[in-house]
Amino acid sequence: MTALWTHFALNLAQVAFLLIFAPLVEGVLHRLEEIIQGKRGPSIWQTYRDIWKLFGKDEVISEESTWVFRFAPIVAFVMPMFVVLLIPALTAYPLFFAFMGDMVAVGFLMAVSGFFVALAGMDTGNVYAAVGASRTHMVGFLAEPVFIMVFFSVSYVANSTIPYFVNATWGASWGSMLQPSHLLVILAFFLLILADEGRIPVDSAAGKVEIAMIGHSKGLEYSGTSAALMKWGGTTKLMVLALVLVNVLVTPWGLAQHTQWTAILAAVGLVLLKLLVFVMVLALIETTLAKLRLFRISEFLAVAFVICLFAVSVRLVGLG
Amino acid sequence: MNTTVSPLAFSLDGSIAALFVVLGLGVMVSRQMLGSLRFFMWQSVALTASALVLADALQAINLLWVALITFSTKVIAVPLVLRWAAGEEIYGRREVDQALSISASVLVAAILALVGWFAVAPVLPILHGTPFALLNLPTGLIMVLWGAFTVALRRESVAQLMGLLIMENGAFFGSIAIVHNLTVIAEIAAAVDVPIVALVIGLLIRSIRRVTGTTRVGGMDTLHER
Repeated sequence: MTALWTHFALNLAQVAFLLIFAPLVEGVLHRLEEIIQGKRGPSIWQTYRDIWKLFGKDEVISEESTWVFRFAPIVAFVMPMFVVLLIPALTAYPLFFAFMGDMVAVGFLMAVSGFFVALAGMDTGNVYAAVGASRTHMVGFLAEPVFIMVFFSVSYVANSTIPYFVNATWGASWGSMLQPSHLLVILAFFLLILADEGRIPVDSAAGKVEIAMIGHSKGLEYSGTSAALMKWGGTTKLMVLALVLVNVLVTPWGLAQHTQWTAILAAVGLVLLKLLVFVMVLALIETTLAKLRLFRISEFLAVAFVICLFAVSVRLVGLG
Repeated sequence: MNTTVSPLAFSLDGSIAALFVVLGLGVMVSRQMLGSLRFFMWQSVALTASALVLADALQAINLLWVALITFSTKVIAVPLVLRWAAGEEIYGRREVDQALSISASVLVAAILALVGWFAVAPVLPILHGTPFALLNLPTGLIMVLWGAFTVALRRESVAQLMGLLIMENGAFFGSIAIVHNLTVIAEIAAAVDVPIVALVIGLLIRSIRRVTGTTRVGGMDTLHER
């Protein structure tokens, strides 16, 4: 097999890895949260069952809605698959899509999906969806400077924003892993994931009250296949962000160094282990913190912004 | 003095310094009294860790004492003393108010941090014999500035106490890198001050509360004699 076809197969393997394991990541997260709260919780396979069930259901679409409403679930489902082609999901060496986009492109692709989902929310005429869409954009608006600062500090440290290079820069030695600016960027990026994914303390993913929802009310009108795609897309989005965090920032090792299948399979196991640790931390945060009031989210993100500012200034004065 | 240190120890101390700053930010911005106290305790743990790393890298036995004293006074004694002296005020109340909004104070904190970085820059060439001063001195100075800012900003006596305590932490963080050959008795004298400060202010907080019914001291400057 030529190198081109090998890389193509590896890209497909990355997408398959994402699609197959994303619902499991969410299932484990739910189960862990329930266990921490002293309950038994649903099976870790529940998300697969939900998605399967939704695919088999009839779909109801409002006559008032336009093509945006039908198109948005497809965008939300496809975008994380594009993102996973750009980041080191299983391999430490760049595959051939790696140089088509950097971390800014990752942010851009995520923003496209967020934009369509927000538009679709407003398209339905559902009051809560419109409120949710505007709130999401408020949070997104506040998160924007933090995103930019994260990219800025990452590119300042690694001299590149291509995720594979960043991974290689930080994974080079313990000395480079423990740089202060690296630690600060990790912290800021983690706070960003909490905000962007609508996790506690920004938004409650398990909340059932529409008036208190931020991001989760946008998908209320979906049913059947569209709802399944939205749900699956939501899980892959969380997993992609977690992959960027664990593979590029926190633990940039344990990925396949060559193209042998054994190495790839070992990488699958190791990456899943890393994701398990991430999910445990997330579950711990979600169960121990309380949700912030809406107008205090700006404070949360201001803290993330200042942490990023430190990362840059530490580097600027030549310490990091 | 041993001026060659391994890059690993340097990076490790840098990461601890970064954590120290972030935890100090936590003390400043947390709205809840207990949260603020917990951030202070973790910050003191970071100070201990930094002292341990420096002790290992510079082969300074005194710094082991500093680590031990810091841990026992700030992580164990201060919370106990505060619980005894002003337990109801600290563990009973949740929210604290302040003169500036948190977002604004975070921005001011960022500016103070930049001031801290650049204010130390002219001094650093003199300190080339002490490699860790490059990291610890600016970090310590930032924390002293933030502590002063917290004291000025918060309208709450308990939160002002937190400001004083992080100022003290900052001063220690900077000084362990510059002077690590002090006699142990001096270290003990400096460190024992902290629980005493906590005790005195804690008792003061209790008496303020007994007289005025609140621990909010922000409005007291408007009181005047009849």
